[in-house]
Amino acid sequence: MSIALPPYALSLGLSVDRLEDGAPVLLMPFAPPVVGRPGFVHGGALGGLLEMAAFSALRARFSGDDHPRLKPINVSVEYMRGARERETRAVGIVTRLGNRIANLEAIAWQDDRARPVATAWMNVLIDRD
Amino acid sequence: MAQTEWPTFDPARFIEALAGRHHSGLLDLRYERHGTDWVELSIPYAAHLVGDPESGVLASGPILAMMDMATSMAIWVKGGRFRPQATLDLRVDYLRPAAPGNRVIGHGECYRVTRSVGFVRGQAHDGDPDDPVAHVVGTFMFMDSMA
Repeated sequence: MSIALPPYALSLGLSVDRLEDGAPVLLMPFAPPVVGRPGFVHGGALGGLLEMAAFSALRARFSGDDHPRLKPINVSVEYMRGARERETRAVGIVTRLGNRIANLEAIAWQDDRARPVATAWMNVLIDRD
Repeated sequence: MAQTEWPTFDPARFIEALAGRHHSGLLDLRYERHGTDWVELSIPYAAHLVGDPESGVLASGPILAMMDMATSMAIWVKGGRFRPQATLDLRVDYLRPAAPGNRVIGHGECYRVTRSVGFVRGQAHDGDPDDPVAHVVGTFMFMDSMA
Protein backbone atom coordinates (compact mmCIF):
# COMPACT_ATOMS: atom_id res chain seq x y z
CA MET A 1 0.00 0.00 0.00
CA SER A 2 1.45 3.33 -0.99
CA ILE A 3 0.37 6.50 0.70
CA ALA A 4 1.11 9.69 -1.21
CA LEU A 5 1.95 12.57 1.08
CA PRO A 6 1.56 16.10 -0.36
CA PRO A 7 4.47 18.58 -0.66
CA TYR A 8 3.57 20.28 2.65
CA ALA A 9 3.79 16.95 4.53
CA LEU A 10 7.17 16.23 2.95
CA SER A 11 8.34 19.74 3.91
CA LEU A 12 7.55 18.84 7.55
CA GLY A 13 9.69 15.72 7.05
CA LEU A 14 6.71 13.36 7.51
CA SER A 15 6.90 9.69 6.62
CA VAL A 16 4.64 6.71 7.21
CA ASP A 17 5.90 4.75 10.22
CA ARG A 18 3.39 1.90 10.08
CA LEU A 19 -0.30 1.20 9.60
CA GLU A 20 -2.72 0.97 12.47
CA ASP A 21 -6.23 -0.30 11.68
CA GLY A 22 -5.56 0.78 8.10
CA ALA A 23 -4.59 4.31 9.13
CA PRO A 24 -0.99 5.47 8.64
CA VAL A 25 0.96 6.43 11.74
CA LEU A 26 2.92 9.50 10.62
CA LEU A 27 6.40 10.17 11.93
CA MET A 28 7.74 13.73 12.21
CA PRO A 29 11.45 14.03 13.05
CA PHE A 30 12.69 16.88 15.22
CA ALA A 31 14.45 19.05 12.61
CA PRO A 32 14.77 22.79 11.84
CA PRO A 33 11.55 23.03 9.73
CA VAL A 34 9.34 22.08 12.71
CA VAL A 35 11.13 23.99 15.51
CA GLY A 36 9.32 26.79 17.33
CA ARG A 37 10.79 28.28 20.47
CA PRO A 38 14.21 26.78 21.24
CA GLY A 39 13.97 23.11 22.18
CA PHE A 40 10.29 22.72 21.28
CA VAL A 41 8.20 21.71 18.26
CA HIS A 42 6.18 24.63 16.83
CA GLY A 43 2.44 24.46 17.60
CA GLY A 44 1.74 25.09 13.92
CA ALA A 45 3.85 22.10 12.88
CA LEU A 46 1.98 19.94 15.42
CA GLY A 47 -1.33 21.21 14.04
CA GLY A 48 -0.17 20.44 10.51
CA LEU A 49 0.94 16.95 11.55
CA LEU A 50 -2.44 16.26 13.21
CA GLU A 51 -4.34 17.46 10.13
CA MET A 52 -2.18 15.27 7.86
CA ALA A 53 -2.74 12.25 10.14
CA ALA A 54 -6.51 12.82 10.11
CA PHE A 55 -6.57 13.31 6.32
CA SER A 56 -4.42 10.23 5.72
CA ALA A 57 -6.73 8.08 7.86
CA LEU A 58 -9.69 9.28 5.79
CA ARG A 59 -7.87 8.92 2.45
CA ALA A 60 -7.03 5.31 3.34
CA ARG A 61 -10.78 4.55 3.47
CA PHE A 62 -11.16 5.16 -0.26
CA SER A 63 -9.86 2.77 -2.89
CA GLY A 64 -10.28 1.76 -6.50
CA ASP A 65 -11.95 4.42 -8.61
CA ASP A 66 -13.37 6.29 -5.64
CA HIS A 67 -11.09 9.29 -5.17
CA PRO A 68 -13.24 12.16 -3.90
CA ARG A 69 -11.74 15.56 -3.21
CA LEU A 70 -11.34 16.04 0.52
CA LYS A 71 -11.82 19.62 1.69
CA PRO A 72 -11.18 20.67 5.29
CA ILE A 73 -14.15 22.45 6.88
CA ASN A 74 -12.63 23.04 10.29
CA VAL A 75 -10.11 21.83 12.82
CA SER A 76 -9.77 22.28 16.56
CA VAL A 77 -6.40 21.55 18.12
CA GLU A 78 -5.77 21.12 21.84
CA TYR A 79 -2.21 21.39 23.10
CA MET A 80 -1.53 19.32 26.24
CA ARG A 81 2.20 19.57 26.81
CA GLY A 82 5.27 20.97 25.10
CA ALA A 83 6.66 18.69 22.38
CA ARG A 84 10.42 18.41 22.97
CA GLU A 85 13.53 17.66 20.92
CA ARG A 86 12.59 14.21 19.68
CA GLU A 87 10.39 12.60 17.06
CA THR A 88 6.61 12.95 17.20
CA ARG A 89 4.07 10.43 15.92
CA ALA A 90 0.42 10.98 15.03
CA VAL A 91 -2.47 8.86 13.84
CA GLY A 92 -5.98 9.74 12.70
CA ILE A 93 -9.28 8.05 13.52
CA VAL A 94 -12.35 8.19 11.29
CA THR A 95 -15.11 8.62 13.87
CA ARG A 96 -17.88 8.76 11.30
CA LEU A 97 -17.78 8.43 7.52
CA GLY A 98 -20.87 9.81 5.82
CA ASN A 99 -21.57 10.46 2.14
CA ARG A 100 -20.65 14.13 2.34
CA ILE A 101 -19.03 14.68 5.74
CA ALA A 102 -16.35 12.80 7.63
CA ASN A 103 -15.75 13.36 11.35
CA LEU A 104 -12.12 12.78 12.22
CA GLU A 105 -9.90 12.78 15.28
CA ALA A 106 -6.13 12.72 15.56
CA ILE A 107 -3.66 12.25 18.39
CA ALA A 108 0.04 13.14 18.53
CA TRP A 109 2.54 11.81 21.05
CA GLN A 110 6.26 11.45 21.68
CA ASP A 111 7.57 8.85 24.15
CA ASP A 112 4.29 7.72 25.66
CA ARG A 113 1.08 7.47 23.71
CA ALA A 114 -0.92 7.73 26.93
CA ARG A 115 0.57 11.22 27.36
CA PRO A 116 -0.37 13.00 24.11
CA VAL A 117 1.32 16.29 23.22
CA ALA A 118 -1.71 17.42 21.20
CA THR A 119 -5.04 16.16 19.85
CA ALA A 120 -7.45 17.45 17.22
CA TRP A 121 -10.85 16.93 15.73
CA MET A 122 -11.74 17.82 12.15
CA ASN A 123 -14.75 17.93 9.85
CA VAL A 124 -13.96 17.25 6.21
CA LEU A 125 -16.21 17.68 3.17
CA ILE A 126 -16.21 14.72 0.77
CA ASP A 127 -16.64 16.26 -2.68
CA ARG A 128 -17.55 13.90 -5.55
CA ASP A 129 -18.71 16.61 -8.01
CA MET B 1 7.98 32.71 41.73
CA ALA B 2 9.29 36.17 40.90
CA GLN B 3 7.91 37.66 37.71
CA THR B 4 10.55 38.19 35.05
CA GLU B 5 10.50 41.63 33.45
CA TRP B 6 10.45 40.99 29.72
CA PRO B 7 11.48 43.70 27.24
CA THR B 8 9.00 45.78 25.28
CA PHE B 9 7.59 43.69 22.44
CA ASP B 10 8.34 44.74 18.87
CA PRO B 11 6.48 42.41 16.44
CA ALA B 12 8.48 43.46 13.37
CA ARG B 13 11.80 42.73 15.09
CA PHE B 14 10.45 39.47 16.52
CA ILE B 15 9.61 38.16 13.03
CA GLU B 16 12.86 39.56 11.63
CA ALA B 17 14.81 37.58 14.24
CA LEU B 18 13.08 34.37 13.11
CA ALA B 19 13.55 35.08 9.39
CA GLY B 20 14.68 32.07 7.41
CA ARG B 21 14.91 29.88 10.49
CA HIS B 22 12.93 27.01 11.96
CA HIS B 23 9.21 26.65 11.29
CA SER B 24 8.88 30.37 10.47
CA GLY B 25 11.60 29.88 7.85
CA LEU B 26 9.73 26.95 6.29
CA LEU B 27 6.66 29.19 5.95
CA ASP B 28 8.71 32.29 4.96
CA LEU B 29 6.59 34.08 7.57
CA ARG B 30 6.55 37.87 7.18
CA TYR B 31 5.51 40.83 9.31
CA GLU B 32 2.93 43.12 7.71
CA ARG B 33 1.66 45.58 10.38
CA HIS B 34 0.19 45.80 13.84
CA GLY B 35 -2.08 47.88 16.07
CA THR B 36 -2.67 48.15 19.81
CA ASP B 37 -4.18 44.66 20.10
CA TRP B 38 -3.60 43.03 16.70
CA VAL B 39 -0.80 41.77 14.45
CA GLU B 40 -0.83 40.99 10.74
CA LEU B 41 1.57 38.45 9.24
CA SER B 42 1.72 36.87 5.79
CA ILE B 43 3.05 33.83 3.96
CA PRO B 44 3.88 33.96 0.25
CA TYR B 45 2.47 31.23 -1.97
CA ALA B 46 5.01 28.39 -2.20
CA ALA B 47 4.97 25.04 -4.00
CA HIS B 48 6.47 23.24 -0.99
CA LEU B 49 3.47 24.24 1.18
CA VAL B 50 0.84 22.79 -1.17
CA GLY B 51 -1.63 20.31 0.34
CA ASP B 52 -3.39 19.22 -2.84
CA PRO B 53 -1.03 18.86 -5.85
CA GLU B 54 -3.98 18.53 -8.26
CA SER B 55 -5.39 21.96 -7.48
CA GLY B 56 -2.21 23.62 -6.20
CA VAL B 57 -4.09 24.85 -3.11
CA LEU B 58 -1.98 25.54 -0.02
CA ALA B 59 -2.31 23.05 2.82
CA SER B 60 -4.33 24.21 5.81
CA GLY B 61 -1.38 23.63 8.17
CA PRO B 62 0.61 26.73 7.13
CA ILE B 63 -2.49 28.90 7.66
CA LEU B 64 -3.03 27.35 11.10
CA ALA B 65 0.63 27.99 11.96
CA MET B 66 0.51 31.61 10.79
CA MET B 67 -2.68 32.27 12.78
CA ASP B 68 -1.13 30.66 15.85
CA MET B 69 1.75 33.15 15.53
CA ALA B 70 -0.37 36.21 14.66
CA THR B 71 -2.81 35.66 17.54
CA SER B 72 0.02 34.79 19.95
CA MET B 73 1.85 38.02 19.06
CA ALA B 74 -1.39 40.02 19.39
CA ILE B 75 -1.37 39.15 23.11
CA TRP B 76 2.16 40.53 23.44
CA VAL B 77 1.40 43.80 21.62
CA LYS B 78 -1.74 44.25 23.74
CA GLY B 79 0.27 43.71 26.94
CA GLY B 80 3.22 45.73 25.60
CA ARG B 81 5.64 42.97 26.57
CA PHE B 82 6.72 39.50 25.61
CA ARG B 83 5.56 36.81 28.08
CA PRO B 84 6.14 33.08 27.82
CA GLN B 85 2.84 31.48 26.88
CA ALA B 86 1.56 28.22 25.44
CA THR B 87 -1.32 27.59 23.04
CA LEU B 88 -4.16 25.84 24.90
CA ASP B 89 -6.42 25.43 21.92
CA LEU B 90 -6.86 26.78 18.43
CA ARG B 91 -9.96 26.32 16.29
CA VAL B 92 -9.87 27.12 12.57
CA ASP B 93 -12.81 27.32 10.16
CA TYR B 94 -11.61 26.97 6.57
CA LEU B 95 -14.12 29.20 4.75
CA ARG B 96 -12.75 28.59 1.26
CA PRO B 97 -9.46 27.52 -0.35
CA ALA B 98 -6.84 30.26 -0.77
CA ALA B 99 -6.29 30.98 -4.49
CA PRO B 100 -3.11 29.28 -5.78
CA GLY B 101 -0.42 31.90 -6.38
CA ASN B 102 -1.78 34.37 -3.82
CA ARG B 103 -0.02 35.21 -0.59
CA VAL B 104 -2.14 34.72 2.52
CA ILE B 105 -2.43 37.45 5.16
CA GLY B 106 -3.32 36.54 8.73
CA HIS B 107 -4.88 39.09 11.12
CA GLY B 108 -4.72 38.04 14.78
CA GLU B 109 -6.45 39.97 17.56
CA CYS B 110 -6.36 39.64 21.34
CA TYR B 111 -9.73 40.65 22.77
CA ARG B 112 -9.32 39.68 26.41
CA VAL B 113 -6.49 38.99 28.84
CA THR B 114 -6.99 37.58 32.33
CA ARG B 115 -4.35 36.72 34.94
CA SER B 116 -3.72 33.30 33.37
CA VAL B 117 -5.27 33.26 29.92
CA GLY B 118 -5.24 35.30 26.69
CA PHE B 119 -8.32 35.03 24.43
CA VAL B 120 -7.77 35.55 20.72
CA ARG B 121 -9.56 35.53 17.38
CA GLY B 122 -8.59 36.29 13.82
CA GLN B 123 -9.11 35.93 10.11
CA ALA B 124 -6.95 35.09 7.13
CA HIS B 125 -7.50 36.37 3.57
CA ASP B 126 -5.71 36.18 0.22
CA GLY B 127 -6.21 39.74 -0.99
CA ASP B 128 -9.65 40.91 0.08
CA PRO B 129 -10.20 41.14 3.86
CA ASP B 130 -13.98 41.06 3.23
CA ASP B 131 -13.66 37.63 1.58
CA PRO B 132 -11.67 35.66 4.19
CA VAL B 133 -10.27 32.16 3.68
CA ALA B 134 -10.21 31.24 7.37
CA HIS B 135 -11.59 32.28 10.74
CA VAL B 136 -9.90 31.33 14.01
CA VAL B 137 -10.51 31.47 17.75
CA GLY B 138 -8.14 30.32 20.44
CA THR B 139 -6.72 30.62 23.94
CA PHE B 140 -3.19 30.88 25.31
CA MET B 141 -2.03 30.19 28.87
CA PHE B 142 0.66 32.36 30.46
CA MET B 143 3.55 30.26 31.71
CA ASP B 144 4.88 32.94 34.08
CA SER B 145 1.67 33.09 36.13
CA MET B 146 1.91 29.42 37.13
CA ALA B 147 2.37 28.84 40.82
